[in-house]
Amino acid sequence: MARLTINGEARDFDVDPETPLLWVIREQAGLTGTKFGCGIAQCGACTVHIDGIATRSCAMPINAIAPEQKIVTIEGLSPDGSHPVQKAWLALDVPQCGYCQPGMIMAAAGLLQQNPNPNDEDISAEITNICRCGTYNRVRAAIKEAAKGGSTQAG
Amino acid sequence: MTIATKVSRRNFIVGSAAAVGGFSLGFHIPFTPEALAQGATIPEVNAWVVIKPDETVVIRIARSEMGQGTLTGLAQLVAEELECDWSKVTTEYPSPGQNLARNRVWGNYSTGGSRGIRESHDYVRQGGAAAREMLVAAAAAEWKVPRSECSVSKGVITHNPSKRTTTYGKVAEAAAKQTPPGNIALKDPKNWTIAGKPLPRLDTADKLTGKQVYGADLKFPGMLNAAVRACPHFGGKVASFDAAAVSGMPGVKKIVKIDDTTVAVIADTWWRAKTALDALPVTWDEGPNKDVSTASIAEMLKAGLDANDAFVSTKVGDVQAQFSGGGKVVTATYAFPYQNHATMEPMNATALYTPDRCEVWVPTQNGESSLAVAAEAAGLPVQKCDVHKVHLGGGFGRRGNFQDYVRQAVLLAKEVPGTHVKLLWTREEDMLHGAYHPTTQCKMTGALDAQGNLTALHMRISGQSILATVRPEGMQGGMDPVVFQGLTASSPEGHLGYTIPNLVIDHAMRNPPIPPGFWRGVNLNQNAIYVESFMDELAHAAGVDPLEFRRKLMAKHPKHLAVLNAVAEGVGWDKAPPQGVHRGLAQIMGFGSYVAAAAEVSVTDGRLKIHRIVAATDPGHMVNPAQIERQVEGSFVYGLSASLYGECTVKNGRIEQENFDTYDVLRMAEMPAVETIILPSGGFWGGVGEPTIAVAAPAVLNALFAATGKRIRTLPLKNHDLA
Ligand code: FES
Ligand code: FES
Repeated sequence: MARLTINGEARDFDVDPETPLLWVIREQAGLTGTKFGCGIAQCGACTVHIDGIATRSCAMPINAIAPEQKIVTIEGLSPDGSHPVQKAWLALDVPQCGYCQPGMIMAAAGLLQQNPNPNDEDISAEITNICRCGTYNRVRAAIKEAAKGGSTQAG
Repeated sequence: MTIATKVSRRNFIVGSAAAVGGFSLGFHIPFTPEALAQGATIPEVNAWVVIKPDETVVIRIARSEMGQGTLTGLAQLVAEELECDWSKVTTEYPSPGQNLARNRVWGNYSTGGSRGIRESHDYVRQGGAAAREMLVAAAAAEWKVPRSECSVSKGVITHNPSKRTTTYGKVAEAAAKQTPPGNIALKDPKNWTIAGKPLPRLDTADKLTGKQVYGADLKFPGMLNAAVRACPHFGGKVASFDAAAVSGMPGVKKIVKIDDTTVAVIADTWWRAKTALDALPVTWDEGPNKDVSTASIAEMLKAGLDANDAFVSTKVGDVQAQFSGGGKVVTATYAFPYQNHATMEPMNATALYTPDRCEVWVPTQNGESSLAVAAEAAGLPVQKCDVHKVHLGGGFGRRGNFQDYVRQAVLLAKEVPGTHVKLLWTREEDMLHGAYHPTTQCKMTGALDAQGNLTALHMRISGQSILATVRPEGMQGGMDPVVFQGLTASSPEGHLGYTIPNLVIDHAMRNPPIPPGFWRGVNLNQNAIYVESFMDELAHAAGVDPLEFRRKLMAKHPKHLAVLNAVAEGVGWDKAPPQGVHRGLAQIMGFGSYVAAAAEVSVTDGRLKIHRIVAATDPGHMVNPAQIERQVEGSFVYGLSASLYGECTVKNGRIEQENFDTYDVLRMAEMPAVETIILPSGGFWGGVGEPTIAVAAPAVLNALFAATGKRIRTLPLKNHDLA
């Protein structure tokens, strides 16, 4: 039995302690906004926040996470899509297929939490998520828009 | 999203002129619970349009949304003629089974070849216009006034003399009983107010919160999960496996060999299925191709470059006479590797089977082929099957013709009748069992006269035919027309933009045993590299500016020339680039559209940086410029990923790359600025999802030559030392 705190709720999960966080989030917690893309920490589709740090959950076994650590998924980033990153994403109509976007948004929100005013180099260095549809330029513009738009500390 | 709620089909389609009797199956539609509660009692106006009492306009979309924006674009076209309030528009997919039962009222479901809009714009607009006429006629009938005295705007119908008004929502039920009108004159695109405008997509909000449900996310009560492993050696099969070794692992329900090549584990959760499958001892019979490698394939193709057995697509004048006529002869050989689609969402499908019914939920580019494959795998008549389409996490051609995952999901569901089974591939399975962008080589030979004019060109393509494997019925006398994408003399799909007095374009077909497929952009991708790189080589050999060299050959191709001129002007070709920056050009026509690109690059210590790309596209008509821009930008990501990194190598008859660690793709840091110029010249309908991919690589390769003097003729660039 492992206890995890996901989106503010502490829950016990009866799973193998080696199970990657991604699959506990998707299968046991039932939160499917966090995506599976590669399983080897290469693509970023599975990005969540652990204590505010953007983390690729597919390569993170749950036994490496303490019960009190705060896990936030895309569903918990804001109650209604109102996080500044989500608002900027909506304003710029960023997604194409959208599959990579929860991971992109979580990575972007994580970046802004650490660095509220990132320059182009910071963005290039920190946002290494894969988008096969090709939204990179709009992701970059939306991060800058969110940085302009006020508090990015939520989530 | 609630799925699998039964709705009586009778209620749903009552009032449809196309409704046919005798179809008694229930079917499932992905409605929200609220919509569902209403939907059960709301008749459609016609096949394309349902209007609810709260004025919500539901537009039915047959083509699949995979990120390319077709859902929004097609809805714009229907809404334009419908004259409804755009802010009230939502969409839904009618199922392929419904289409079949209604004499294919929604037409073709296939979503590929950049055809989503250009192939259906006419009949979807007719659908919107017919619904409008029925709605207005219903209001006129209620008021007992002539139709001609009524007008409509944004879903509000006005009786002009009396100024009485009503709304679509109020007359929708009566409209459903109106006789559908015949062919209606459609609006002139210059009068469009919804279509042609840069409207935001309809499907964005749920993609920002995790609410958007993809196939991989589906959940059903009691659902089981499955992971599969197919023999990685093409043509090989399962020799043996030891189910007992893993049958006691947690959550495991069944370990099965579903066909000659594939073993699978069904478990309560996917992670447990995958964990057990990883632990399952399997030995493979490597089959007849175990000695096939990238090198052996390259040899096979190389032999085709000078072979006599070639399919001739174009033959004008006498090239040989020019080659031996004393002018300057330039020769170059190029090669293009296998590539995987690598959609972000791995292949998946969910199936429910009982002995008299089979249903599949799947992200598919072609719901009708999914349905056909499901029925065959289920061993049931197609009328007893249906497919429910789910938004795709990328398609790029992988999820159209190829429905291997649907077949597997149905075979797995047959193992546990009455229980939903969700099959999800690992990335590794996805990489090893693609429908790969076919490999070709090309030998270009050109002759220049003393004035530097191109007098003759022979383009010999050697390599794999997609159609020969995938759709033999599309072959023309043994020849594969897809090989010549963008190279034909006059096809509206894509013709060569140069007039060359002596010209041969031919194909020596060489088919290695690696399954080929339609990969976003298809053969246009490598054809553009061959033609546009070689044009650059010829220009340099002739000592002429590459833009001028092309222009001289393009006088009879004004649309090709217009996009080329647009990018030249946009990039500032007539002015010197910034210090250390170098430029390259490319143009081609494909998927019915004219496209061009100009790239600016620099190379420092052997590292390529692509600074900026100016792109132009003439798709004839423009349905949503904002979405075209996104498709053009996305095309560069796809095309540059391919040119920088994309390569699947073969060893022992199998693909060597299994995940993104060895199959890298372009990421944010390398993405250039893209400036998109749209030049809709009218008079035709071209696609936008694919053509621009083709000019990405040659524009960059030509700029790279300008920067380094190195002519890269084999991709990807990662294999070359640029220092
Ligand atoms: S799924 Fe975790 S990084 Fe790709
Ligand atoms: S939007 Fe499709 S992968 Fe990024």
